[in-house]
Amino acid sequence: MLEDKDRIFTNIYGRHDLSLQGARSRGHWDGTDTLIGKGREWIISEMKASGLRGRGGAGFPTGLKWSFMPKESDGRPHYLVVNADESEPGTCKDREILRHDPHTLIEGCVIAGFAMGAHVAYIYVRGEFMREREALQRAIDECYDAGLLGRNNSCGWDMEIYVHHGAGAYICGEETALLESLEGKKGQPRLKPPFPANVGLYGCPTTVNNVESIAVAPTILRRGASWFSSFGRENNKGTKLFCVSGHVNAPATFEEAMSVPFRELIDRHCGGIRGGWDNLLAVIPGGSSVPVVPAEQIIDTPMDFDSLRDLKSGLGTAAVIVMDRSTDIVKAIWRLSAFYKHESCGQCTPCREGTGWMMRVMERMVKGNAQKREIDMLFDVTKQIEGHTICALGDAAAWPIQGLIRHFRPEIESRIDAYTRNAVQSRNAALEAAE
Amino acid sequence: MSVRRLADETVQPESFAFNRNFAAEAKVWIKKYPKDRRQSAVIPLLMLAQEQEGWVTRASIEHVADMLAMPYIRALEVATFYTQFQLKPVGTRAHVQVCGTTPCMLRGSEELIELCKTKIHPEPLHPNADGTLSWEEVECQGACVNAPMVMIFKDAYEDLTVERLAEIIDAFEAGRGDEIKPGPQIDRIFSAPVGGPTTLTSDPTRSHPAAEQPGSQGDSPEGSPEATQIGKPDAAPKYGSAETLTSSRPIAPSRKRALNKTAESPAADPDGGSTSKSARKVGVKSADKASAQGRTGASAPDKGEAASAPDKGEAASTKGRKKPKGAATGENAGASAEKKAGAPVDTGETAWTERAAAKKSRRAAEAAQAENSPAAAETRPAKGKRQAAAEDSAPATGGSAKPALDDAARPAGMDRPAEPDDLKLISGVGPKIEQTLNSLGIYTFAQIAAWDQAEREWVDGYLRFRGRIERDDWIRQATALAKGGRDEYVRVFGKEPR
Repeated sequence: MLEDKDRIFTNIYGRHDLSLQGARSRGHWDGTDTLIGKGREWIISEMKASGLRGRGGAGFPTGLKWSFMPKESDGRPHYLVVNADESEPGTCKDREILRHDPHTLIEGCVIAGFAMGAHVAYIYVRGEFMREREALQRAIDECYDAGLLGRNNSCGWDMEIYVHHGAGAYICGEETALLESLEGKKGQPRLKPPFPANVGLYGCPTTVNNVESIAVAPTILRRGASWFSSFGRENNKGTKLFCVSGHVNAPATFEEAMSVPFRELIDRHCGGIRGGWDNLLAVIPGGSSVPVVPAEQIIDTPMDFDSLRDLKSGLGTAAVIVMDRSTDIVKAIWRLSAFYKHESCGQCTPCREGTGWMMRVMERMVKGNAQKREIDMLFDVTKQIEGHTICALGDAAAWPIQGLIRHFRPEIESRIDAYTRNAVQSRNAALEAAE
Repeated sequence: MSVRRLADETVQPESFAFNRNFAAEAKVWIKKYPKDRRQSAVIPLLMLAQEQEGWVTRASIEHVADMLAMPYIRALEVATFYTQFQLKPVGTRAHVQVCGTTPCMLRGSEELIELCKTKIHPEPLHPNADGTLSWEEVECQGACVNAPMVMIFKDAYEDLTVERLAEIIDAFEAGRGDEIKPGPQIDRIFSAPVGGPTTLTSDPTRSHPAAEQPGSQGDSPEGSPEATQIGKPDAAPKYGSAETLTSSRPIAPSRKRALNKTAESPAADPDGGSTSKSARKVGVKSADKASAQGRTGASAPDKGEAASAPDKGEAASTKGRKKPKGAATGENAGASAEKKAGAPVDTGETAWTERAAAKKSRRAAEAAQAENSPAAAETRPAKGKRQAAAEDSAPATGGSAKPALDDAARPAGMDRPAEPDDLKLISGVGPKIEQTLNSLGIYTFAQIAAWDQAEREWVDGYLRFRGRIERDDWIRQATALAKGGRDEYVRVFGKEPR
C-alpha cells in the first residue's frame, strides 16, 4: 500500500493550510528554479522515464505529448491548456486538486510551460466548479504576489496563467472541442490532423493536458522518475487519484498506487461493498465511458490501464462506479445513454442520431418492452457508431451498452420474457372481462 | 443534443447593460485573451449576464456580442449550446439542479427528483407559483463520491437525503439559504470517506521528504490508518487565509464568523499576510486581480509592486473617461505593459477602454452643447431634434438668413416664386423633403443644379442624408429638369421622373 510520504497530493481533503505558505511547508514550490535550470530536454526525458500516462482517460504518455511541441517557435506563441473540464460521470478527482491543492497544478503549469516553450497557460475549468475556480484563482493571485508567476519571476521562466471556464458542456472535455470553446465558439470537436501541437488554440502550437497530469509533474521531477516508476506494474507506473462512488460503504477520493487490486482498493479505503462482497454485481472501473465489468471478473484485477483493457474495459479516469445486486443494471446503463444523448454536440450524424436512438431502445429494454432480436440490432448499431465520429464521444456512448450486452444479456432477455408474459396475461384478463 | 430556444418575446426585457461591478469584471475577462481574440470571453460574459439577470435574455446576448464585436448569431449559438445558461427565468430564491446521472442515481437521486416534483413544480424549469423556486435535472456535476447532490446557484449540497433536501429547499424559500452550509450534509470531510480519512493521516509538513530516492526519509509516524479519527491531534488542521469552503471540521469561533460571513469573501486573516487583501473582499470573480483592485482602489496597502500595476491602469482608465479623449493612453498602456508585456494581451484592452471612454466623453460634450447652446447645436446639421425645431420655427417665408442657419456653406434661398418647381420629380425627394427644402428657400431645379460641393454637403448634413444627394445625383437630375423638364429628364436618364 502507498504510504503518506509517497503521496503527491497531500491536501486533497483541505485539512491543512491552503495558502502558498502552507503548500510550501508541504514541499511544493521547492526548488522550481533548479528544475527549470536543468533544461527542457532533461524535463521531457525525465517525464518519459517516469512512465506517467495522461490522467484524463486516454492514458497517452505525458512526456511524449510534451515532446511533440515544436522545439523552436516559428513566431507563433505556444500555449499550454489545462483541461479542468472534469465532467465524466463518476469522476471528481480534479475538483479536489483545484479547490484544495491548487499549488501543485500552478507549479506544474510553470514547469510544463517551460518544457514546451509556452509562456501562457489557460486553465479551462468546467462551469459548474465555481467555488473551485475561485479557490484556484486565489492561489494564482498569491503566486503572482509572491513573484512566482508573471514576468521576471523567481522560477526563471516567464509564465502567465489565466483561468477560463465553460458552461456545462461535457464535450468540451475533448481537447479540440475545448480549444473551440476557449476561442468562444460552440464546443464542437475539430478534425485531426492537424493536431493541436501544430495548430491548436488560436492556430498556434498547443498542448492540452489533464489537471492531474500537470499537477504531478513537479513532484515527479523533484523526487526523480525512478521514484514515480517504482509504483505500479510495467507500463502502468505511478500513483493515481481514485474516486470510488456508488454502492460502497464509504465512497471517497484518495490517492493510491497504480495496479492496486480492486478488492484491496475497496476494503482499505471504502469500507467494503455495501452488503459484503457477495453482493457485488458489477463495476464501471473508469468513468461512464468504459464498459461495465461483472463482479467475478474484476474482484482480483489490478486497477491499471492494461489489465482493465484485457477485460475489454479501461481505467479511464479511475472513477470507479460500484453497483451492488440491488442495482437495476439496465436502467443504470440507460441513464448513461441519456447522458450521452444530452451531451452529443450534434456535429456528426452517427452520434447525434445514434445516441438518441440508443437511448430510446434502451428505455424500452429497461421495461422489457422489446424483441430479443433487437438486442443484436442494438449491438450492431453501437458498432456502427463507434469509430465513425470525429471525436470519441460516439465510442463512449457505444461502449457502456456493448458492455451491458456482453455481460448482462440474460438479464435483458429475462426482462423481455417477463414483460411478454405479463402482456399476454393482461390481454387474457381483458378478454375474460369482456366475456 | 437538447433542444434549447430563447424564451418567448413577451418575457424578454427590452435592454440589458452590465452594472458597474459586472462591467468591471467583464473587462477583466476580456483582458485575458489576445486583443484580436476577444470572442474568447463570450462564455464568461454570458455567465456574468446570467448572474446579474438570473437568466440569459436576448438583450444580454446581443449586448455581449456587441461588446466582443462578434455577430449575434455566434453569440446566440453559444448561449443555446451550453446548457448552464438558463434561457428562461428560473426561481429567484433558488434554482435547484439535481444531478441525475448514474453515480447519483445509484445513491438515490430519483427520490430527490420526486421531492422536487412535489415540493416545487411537477415540471422541471417551471418556477413555482410565487416564482421563487424552480428545479431541473442536470447531468453529472462532478461530485460523484458525495452523491447524491444538488447544486443551488454556486454551491453544491452533497450527501443528501430526501429530508435534508426538503429542509434546504425550505430554507432557501424563506430566504435563509445562506445559513445552510454547502458541501457534505453529513459528518464527513469533503470527499474523504465517512468515518475519517484512510490516507493523509500524518502531518504532511513532516512527511515530505526532500529525498531523491523513494522512501529514504520516511520519518513520518505512520499510525494505523483505520484507527485514525478526524480529531486526532497530529492531524489537526491548520487554517490558512485562503480557506475555500466551509467545512465540517471544528472551527475556531473567530474564524467561523469570518468563514460564514459570505462564502465569497475569504475574509482577511491576520496571520495569512500574503493573501489578506481587502481586494479579495470584492467578491467571487473578482478573484481576478485587476478588476478587484480597480474597484477597491488603492486600499490594499500591503500590495507588492506587481500587484499595484494594474491598479494604476484602472485608475488611469477611469481618468480617461473624464478627460475629453486620448489623455489616458500613455499612462494606461504603460501600466498595462508593465504588467502584461510578453503576454498575449497587451494594450488591446487598453485601447478599447480608451476608445470607449473617448466616445463617451464626446457624446457627453455633444449633449452638453445641445442643451446649453441651441444656436451652436443648430449649426450641427446632424442633430435630429434640432432639425425638427428648425423646421417648426422656419416660416414659409423662409430664405431670409436665420442666424441659426447662417453657415457659409448654406445655399442661398429665394422667396417663393409664383410657380415653384415640383421638386418631388427629383428621385430622392418626397413631400416631406420638399417641404424642408422650401423652408430653406429652395424652390426651383435651377437652384439645386447650381449647388456647389460645399452647399451639397451642407444640405446633405441638414437633411441627415448621409451622402444620398451624391448617390442619387440630384445635381444631374435637377440640371436636366431645369433645362428641359420632364422630356429632358427622360432623354438623359432613359426613364420618367417619379
